[in-house]
Amino acid sequence: MGTMEMRPLAMLPEILLLAGGLVCLLGGSFTPRRRQWRLRVVAAGALLAALVAALVGSRDPGPALEGAVVVDGLTTGTRVVVALATLAVLLLAEEEVRDDDRESETYALMLLAATGALVLGGARDLLVLAAAFLLASIPLYGLVGLRRTDRGAEAALKTYLTGAVFGILLLLGTTLVYGLAGTTRLPDLAARLATAPAAPLAVGVVCVVAGLAFKAGAVPAHFWVPDAAQGAGGHTAAFVTTIPKVGAVVALYRLVTALPETLPWGLLVAVLAVASMTLGNLAAFGQDDPRRLLGWSTVSQVGYLLVPVAVAGRTSLAAAAMLLYLAAYAVTNVVAFAVTTALPDVRDLAGYAGLGRGRPALAASLVVALLGLVGTPPTAVFVGKLAVATAAWDGGMPWLSVALLANTLVSLFYYLRWVAPVLRQGDPDVGPPVTRPWSTGAATGLAVLTLVGAPAAGILWCALGGTG
Amino acid sequence: MLSLTVFLPLLAASLLCGPRLPSPVLRWGWVVASALELALVAVLWARYDTPAEGTLAFETRVPWIPGVASDYHVGLDGLSLPLVAMTAVVFLAAALYSLRDEDRPRSRVAVFLALETVCVGTFAAADLVLFFVFFDLSIVGMYLVIAGWGHGERARSALLFFLYTFLGSLALLGGFIGLYVASDPHTFDMVELARQDPFAGGGTAAAVVLGAILLGLAVKTPTVPFHTWLPPAHTDAPAAGSAVLAGVLLKLGTYGFVRLGMTLLPDAWQAWAWVVLVVGLVSVLWGALVAMAQRDLKRLIAYTSVNHMGYVVLAVGAAGVVAADTAGAREVAVSGAVTQMVSHGLVTAALFLLAGVVLERSGTYEIDRFGGLAGRAPRFTALFAVAAFASLGLPGLSGFVAELQIFAGSIAAVPWSAVGLLGILLVAGLLLWTLQRLVTGEAGPATHRFSDVRAHELLAVGPLLLLSLAIGLAPRPLLDVVEPAAAAVVAVLGR
Repeated sequence: MGTMEMRPLAMLPEILLLAGGLVCLLGGSFTPRRRQWRLRVVAAGALLAALVAALVGSRDPGPALEGAVVVDGLTTGTRVVVALATLAVLLLAEEEVRDDDRESETYALMLLAATGALVLGGARDLLVLAAAFLLASIPLYGLVGLRRTDRGAEAALKTYLTGAVFGILLLLGTTLVYGLAGTTRLPDLAARLATAPAAPLAVGVVCVVAGLAFKAGAVPAHFWVPDAAQGAGGHTAAFVTTIPKVGAVVALYRLVTALPETLPWGLLVAVLAVASMTLGNLAAFGQDDPRRLLGWSTVSQVGYLLVPVAVAGRTSLAAAAMLLYLAAYAVTNVVAFAVTTALPDVRDLAGYAGLGRGRPALAASLVVALLGLVGTPPTAVFVGKLAVATAAWDGGMPWLSVALLANTLVSLFYYLRWVAPVLRQGDPDVGPPVTRPWSTGAATGLAVLTLVGAPAAGILWCALGGTG
Repeated sequence: MLSLTVFLPLLAASLLCGPRLPSPVLRWGWVVASALELALVAVLWARYDTPAEGTLAFETRVPWIPGVASDYHVGLDGLSLPLVAMTAVVFLAAALYSLRDEDRPRSRVAVFLALETVCVGTFAAADLVLFFVFFDLSIVGMYLVIAGWGHGERARSALLFFLYTFLGSLALLGGFIGLYVASDPHTFDMVELARQDPFAGGGTAAAVVLGAILLGLAVKTPTVPFHTWLPPAHTDAPAAGSAVLAGVLLKLGTYGFVRLGMTLLPDAWQAWAWVVLVVGLVSVLWGALVAMAQRDLKRLIAYTSVNHMGYVVLAVGAAGVVAADTAGAREVAVSGAVTQMVSHGLVTAALFLLAGVVLERSGTYEIDRFGGLAGRAPRFTALFAVAAFASLGLPGLSGFVAELQIFAGSIAAVPWSAVGLLGILLVAGLLLWTLQRLVTGEAGPATHRFSDVRAHELLAVGPLLLLSLAIGLAPRPLLDVVEPAAAAVVAVLGR
C-alpha cells in the first residue's frame, strides 16, 4: 500500500476522542449544572468507541495521513492503554467534579489531552509530533489549574512554564533535525542523517528528547510532576501522571529506532532512565503527602519505562516489554491515586493508620497497588519489570538491569512507609475515614485487575507483542 | 495432582475468608485444610517413583509467558518432595498451635494458608520465573505475618526483614535474567537450563551470575554475614510465624543452593565451592558462638538456626570440591544437607512453638527469669528436652542422621571441614546449659505463673518431634527418596 494514502478512517479513535471533547466543551454551555452527568456519559461513550475503533483498526495496519502517522502494534497499544486509563480516571472524577461548575470542561480537557497522547504514540513525523505535543500539553495546564486553590495555581504555573520551555526546545530540535535531514519523516531519518555532522545532530535530538521528557515527566523535565500531583485534584493527578506518559514513551521509542546509529542514542536514554529512577526514588523518601509521594514515584517509574526505549532495536523484547510495563503501570498508578481520592479527608501518611481494620478492601487495594509499583509478584508490574530487565540485559546493557533492580530495592523503602501505617492499629476513638463509593470501587476493581495481570501475562504478551 | 497440592491452601483460604464465618469455624477450617494438604502430600509420597534423569515426577507444564519462554512448570524430585512434606507438616503444626488464638482469625488464616501455597509452590517450581514469583511472595506473606501479628518492635523488624530479603530476591532475579540471556534458545525453564548448561566452562559471566544467585540465597538462608535480619524478625514474630519462618522459609534459601546453584551452574559452582564451604564454616561457628551470648530464648534459637543452616551450606560447598574418588562421599554430603533441611524444619518449628508457649504464659523470653520448670510443667520439660536433644544431634533423632551424613561426606571430600565439628560441640553444650537453666534449679520469678502445655499445643509440637524420632530411628524411607537425587546432583557436578 502506498505511503501517500490519506486513510482518514485509520485515525478514527483520535477523531472520536476529539469529537467527544468538543461535544463536552460546547455541550457544557447548554446543559444545566444538575444535568452535566450527560456529558460524563458522552465522554465515557467516546472513550469506549475509541477503544473499539482501536481494536478494529488494528486489523488494518499501515501508514495513514500520507505517512505522517502509522497504525501498528505500538499505536494500538497506546490507544488501548490510554482509552482504558482515561475511563478509569473518569470514575475518580465522578465524585470530585460532580455538579461542579467546571465539570464539562474537565471532561473536555481530559479527552483533548488523551487525543494528544494518542497522536504522540502514532506520529511518524516530527512536525506531527510537535503538534501532538501541544495538543497533549495545553489541556493539562488547564486541568491542573482547574481547582483554583493556591497550590493548584502554583502547580499550573509551574507546569505551564516548564511545558513552554521544553515545548520550545522540542521545536528547536525539530528545526535542527529538519535542517540536517531535509525531512521530518521518521522512516527517512536514518538514511538522510547517516552522514550528518555529529554535533548539531546531537543538539537537535537532545532537544527533541528533552521535549518528550517533559511529557513523560522524566528527568530533566520532571519538576512539575510532584507539584501537579499534589496541587491538582486527585483525578487530574492520576491523569497527568499516567496518560501523557504513555504517548511520550512510545514517541521516544519511535524516535530512537528511527535515528542512524552514528551516535549512542540508547546510552543517552539509558542515562536519562537511571537519572529519573534514582532521583524520583530519592526525592520520594521524605514525602508525607501521599499524592506528592506518588508524584515522585511516577518520576522513578518513567525511569523504568525508558529502559526498553534505551535498548530499542537491539532486542526483540523491547517493544513488547515497554507496552506491557506501560499497561501495567497505568492501571497500578490509577489504583494508587484512586485510594487517595477515595479518602478525601486524609492528606498525610499518618492518616492511614488503622485503615486495614476500618476499610479492609480499600487497604488491601492500596497494599496491592504499592507492592505492585515496587514490582512484587504476582502483580502486573512484576511481569513488566521482569520483561524490561530482561530486555535491558538482552540488549547489551546488563548494568541497566542492575540499576533497575537496585532502584527497585530503594523504592521499597518509601512504599513501605505508606504500607506500615495501614497495617498498624489506628486510634480507637477515631472512626474509619469517610470514603467515596466510586473511587473505592475503582480502586478495588482495578487492584484485582492488576493481581490477575501476572497469571494472564501470557495472553497480554501475545496481544501486545504479537503486533509490536 | 501436584498443582492441586500447591493451590489447595489458597483455595481453602478463599473459601474460608470469603463469607463472614465465625471464629471457631475459621480456626478449625484452617486445621482441616492443612490436614487435607498433608494427606495430599502423603498420597504424592506413596505414588512417588524416582524420575528418570532430566525429568520430574508429577510434572505439569503449561505455557505461561511465551514472550520470555516462561512456563507454568511444576514437578517433584528427591530434593523437593521431602521439603514439600516437611512444609505440610510444619503448617499443620502452626494451625493446631493457633487453635486458641482469637486475634483477627480471618485475615490470619488467609495469610498463613496463602503462605503455605507459596512455600509448596517454591519447592515444586521448575521454572525460574515461577520460582521467583513464589519466592518473593513468601517475603510479602511473612512481612504481613510479622507486621500484623507480631509483638515488640514488630514494624521495625518486619521492615528490616522485608528490605533485607527483598535485596536478596532482587539479586536472585538478576541472576535468573543472566541465565535466561545466556541460554540458547532463551528459556527460564530449570530442566531445560540444566540440560543446556549455558555457563559450561565457567568464566567471569558465570561467576557474576552465580554470585548474584548466591547472594540472594545467602540472605534468605541466612548465612554470615547476611544473618542480621533473622534474630529481630524471629523475636518479634508470633510463635506460629516463627515456626514457619525458621522451619520452612529458611529452607527456600538452602534448597536454592542445591536446585539453582549446583544444578544450573555446575562449573561455576565447582570453581567457587571453596567460598561456599568457608561461608558455611563461618556460619556454623559464628552462629554457635553468638547463640551462647544470648539471654533471650527466641534469639538463642534463632542463632542456632544460623548454625544449623551453616551445616547445610558447608555440605553443599564440600560437595562442589571435586576431587578423584570422592563422588560417593559428596553424595553423602548432599543427602545429609537435604536431611538436615527436613530435620531442622521439624525440630526448630517445635522449638519456636515451645518458645511461644513460654511467652504466652509469662510474657518474657528472658531465660534467667525461669528455673525449676520441670516441677511445674513436666510435659513442657519433656517436649523441650526432646527438641533440644534433636537439635543438638543426639543419636536416635533426626539431627544425628543429618549431621552424621554431612560430616562423613564433607570430611571425606575436604578434610579440614572437620573444624565445623566444633560447632556441634558448642551447640550441644549451649542447649544443655539452656535446658538446665530453664527446667532445673530454683524457681525463677517467671516460673510461678507457668502452666503446663495444653492439648492443642501438645498436638502441634508432639508430632513434629515424633517425626524427628522416626527419621532418627528409621531414616531409610526418607533416604531412599533423597539419595538418588543427591547422586544426580553430584553427577552433574562431576561432569
